[in-house]
Amino acid sequence: MAVLDSKVPEGPLDEKWVNHKNNINLVNPANKRNIDVIVVGTGLAGSSAAATLGELGYNVKTFCYNDSPRRAHSIAAQGGINAAKNYQGDGDSNYRLFYDTIKGGDYRSREANTYRLAEVSSNIIDQCVAQGVPFAREYGGLLDNRSFGGVLVSRTFYAAGQTGQQLLLGAYSSLNRQINRGKVVPFNRHEMLDLVIVDGKARGIIARNLVTGEIERHGAHAVVIASGGYGNVFFLSTNAMGSNVMAAWRTHRRGAYFANPCYTQIHPTCIPVSGEHQSKLTLMSESLRNDGRIWVPKKEEDAQAIRDGKKRGVDLKEEDRDYYLERRYPAFGNLVPRDVASRAAKERCDAGFGVNKTGNAVYLDFEAAFKRYGKVEALTHGHKNPSEEEMIKLGKEVIKKKYGNLFDMYQNIADENPYEVPMKIFPAVHYTMGGLWVDYNLQTTIPGCFAAGEANFSDHGANRLGASALMQGLADGYFVLPYTIGDYLSHEIRTGEISTDTPEFEQAEKDTRGRIEKLMNATGTHSVDYYHKKLGLIMWNKCGMSRNAPDLRSAMDEISELRADFWKNVKVSGSADTKNQELEKAGRVADFLELGELFAKDALDRNESCGGHFREEYQTEDGEALRDDENYAYVAAWGYNENPRDSELHKEELIFDNVELKTRSYK
Amino acid sequence: MKLNLKIWRQEGPKVKGKLVDYPLDGVDGDMSFLEMMDILNEKLINEGDIPVEFDHDCREGICGSCNMMINGEPHGPQKLTTTCQLHMRKFSDGDTITIEPWRAKAFPVIKDLIVDRSAFDRIQQAGGYISVNTSGNTQDANSIPIEKSKADEAFWSATCIGCGACVAACKNASAMLFTSAKISQFALLPQGELEATERVEAMVRQMDEEGFGNCSNTGACMVECPKGIKLENIARMNREYLKAEVVG
Repeated sequence: MAVLDSKVPEGPLDEKWVNHKNNINLVNPANKRNIDVIVVGTGLAGSSAAATLGELGYNVKTFCYNDSPRRAHSIAAQGGINAAKNYQGDGDSNYRLFYDTIKGGDYRSREANTYRLAEVSSNIIDQCVAQGVPFAREYGGLLDNRSFGGVLVSRTFYAAGQTGQQLLLGAYSSLNRQINRGKVVPFNRHEMLDLVIVDGKARGIIARNLVTGEIERHGAHAVVIASGGYGNVFFLSTNAMGSNVMAAWRTHRRGAYFANPCYTQIHPTCIPVSGEHQSKLTLMSESLRNDGRIWVPKKEEDAQAIRDGKKRGVDLKEEDRDYYLERRYPAFGNLVPRDVASRAAKERCDAGFGVNKTGNAVYLDFEAAFKRYGKVEALTHGHKNPSEEEMIKLGKEVIKKKYGNLFDMYQNIADENPYEVPMKIFPAVHYTMGGLWVDYNLQTTIPGCFAAGEANFSDHGANRLGASALMQGLADGYFVLPYTIGDYLSHEIRTGEISTDTPEFEQAEKDTRGRIEKLMNATGTHSVDYYHKKLGLIMWNKCGMSRNAPDLRSAMDEISELRADFWKNVKVSGSADTKNQELEKAGRVADFLELGELFAKDALDRNESCGGHFREEYQTEDGEALRDDENYAYVAAWGYNENPRDSELHKEELIFDNVELKTRSYK
Repeated sequence: MKLNLKIWRQEGPKVKGKLVDYPLDGVDGDMSFLEMMDILNEKLINEGDIPVEFDHDCREGICGSCNMMINGEPHGPQKLTTTCQLHMRKFSDGDTITIEPWRAKAFPVIKDLIVDRSAFDRIQQAGGYISVNTSGNTQDANSIPIEKSKADEAFWSATCIGCGACVAACKNASAMLFTSAKISQFALLPQGELEATERVEAMVRQMDEEGFGNCSNTGACMVECPKGIKLENIARMNREYLKAEVVG
């Protein structure tokens, strides 16, 4: 087992980053012009990194599978972005954001990284406002905030229910500025199929032009993987249909360690599955938990009557409702962190209190908020004695302004009017905390290969707090990577242009072509989706919201069998030299079929419950996660093995000098 | 329900395309339009046919990838809705549904329903940004107070998803609504003022070079826009352009 060097700088926590920046090597502007960097992925992390690297003077190439960088799935993030601005004067600080994040992650992240994230968070907001990102504002013209789960302050900046869209379009605009200057060359509708390593360093990629099918070689002095998370290993998730692990997994295959694959975030507030045809799940922003109350019927017979269509939830009296989050967690109530809220929903539904046909749904109810807002609205408009009806009417207007797009989306999908009846929600796979292992400089275990955003295992530990993904993506891309990559590239100024006419590129291209050929030439019995759906079911049933050793063992066996069957019998129609979405999907599912097994192994290996990883064997009497800090306060970083069950484990011990490890309590 | 689909099939940019009939059974009202397409494709694959290629990704109405002309309307019959958010309950048993790609000179067909919308990217690259470095050396965010109504309006202009429905809806294939939405966002914000002249000139120039047509004020673009981007944006762009011409 290799010892992983996190390269965390010496010194007090709040001085590490500043000192590190002062001490790392720089590349002079004239030399930057001779250095090429490849960025794979153009979401928040990729676009912001590429824009900043281009602006610094490097020659950048970006790669994305969509037809435009603007369509990366960061665009779909709804609720907001955290920053320790303390604009509300409610006691926020860098330390508090750091502390909330490390506690929220159940003490399974690296202190120094998490602190740095909190430290640069404020600057992200300044940067975005300067770029013209239209955040929500108060009547006085200053920026507005809302609250998210797991915290007691209001530090979340937002743009209605589409914050990710506005932030991504901001990063995209900066990227466009560099494209216009010729410093960034975009390769859209391209997919990275392999990483090329020369003399132990990442020197480029093999990519497929998704329109023509051409296999291309691209050389560079460094490669940045910013390709997002792997939630689609579950088939059904809130990820985009094309979101995949390919770039990260091919990097892993070439030697980069993959860390904590089992840390998955199951988001509590998604629209429940409606039928077998379902292709994806849709999130209802966590911001709704600011105003919505979550409940199920108190009596099982009421739940049964609702499921049978004999009763309606909206007609149930107050005393017949169980606001179980408020009951179990009075301090945080409906704003407990996501892992806690998801498990609590599953617990109630498993106990027979679910409220839709499948029994897998709970209510998210805005009635109290309508009244509360309506009353304030009436009073501020000089209406001193509003009736309940008037209050509700005015309150609905307020809610519409705050979350209108989400309510519309809900109505479209669920075919129910959430202004009239409570929403039905259920947890769904949303985000993956695991990913490529990186050191403090965001470098993977392959020199010259970096990972940013959701693609790295990063700063969230075993559970990510709401509104922290956007923060991390932009922190990595705008403010961390552009510095730390310079330290590596300072040793590359004499290297000269990277030739792609070398045996290493030759071999990587040959491997890639061989793989495509193998996919095209299988027996053609079942479609790609057939395998993806099967994998998804195994993952959801055995590696989902709660896990146990026997299930995880059988998941590993089932996935391994499914993988063998896939390579033998998959059917990929069409040809490899045109646009071919089936071939694209096949390549991605092939990688998910390896990742899934490693995921189960990692979950089996971690004999504790922490954050999103809940092992049924390890829980307290009242069903809360039971950590084992003595034996498991480490990052599990796996080396590649084509039989994922035989992957070698490398541990990075987590050292906590600044926070005391406590049982995470939101009561 | 049972449907008669007529879908545009075209193997490549230089090959002639045509509408092909596909009867499809077992469609459920709770399915999204794209889930209906998934079922068709699964059927085609199992029957040894080549599935229909179409752009799609987030399936929650925000990425702007999906772009189907459904019975002659961009994104189909439901207003303020992208194709991926259109559900089959809007259709009835026995319906015939014609599905075609966006039609515009500036959006050449790549394959089947997929078109090349890179012209939109190039319009943005020409000037759809504020020239501020991303080094983080900016002033505190709250040192630029912005009137709420203006900030909100800028936000609404910025919610364009770049799908191209406006172009597909316009008889001239004009990209004015798309271009003006970005120009408006920055024209409404103090941060955008300094480069207003250069921005509008560069973006309009690029728009013309890409081969988009002129605006003839029919308002079809706004009617079909899944995000409700308003015609006022075009008026504002025209004002900005006039101002730039006078100054320039």
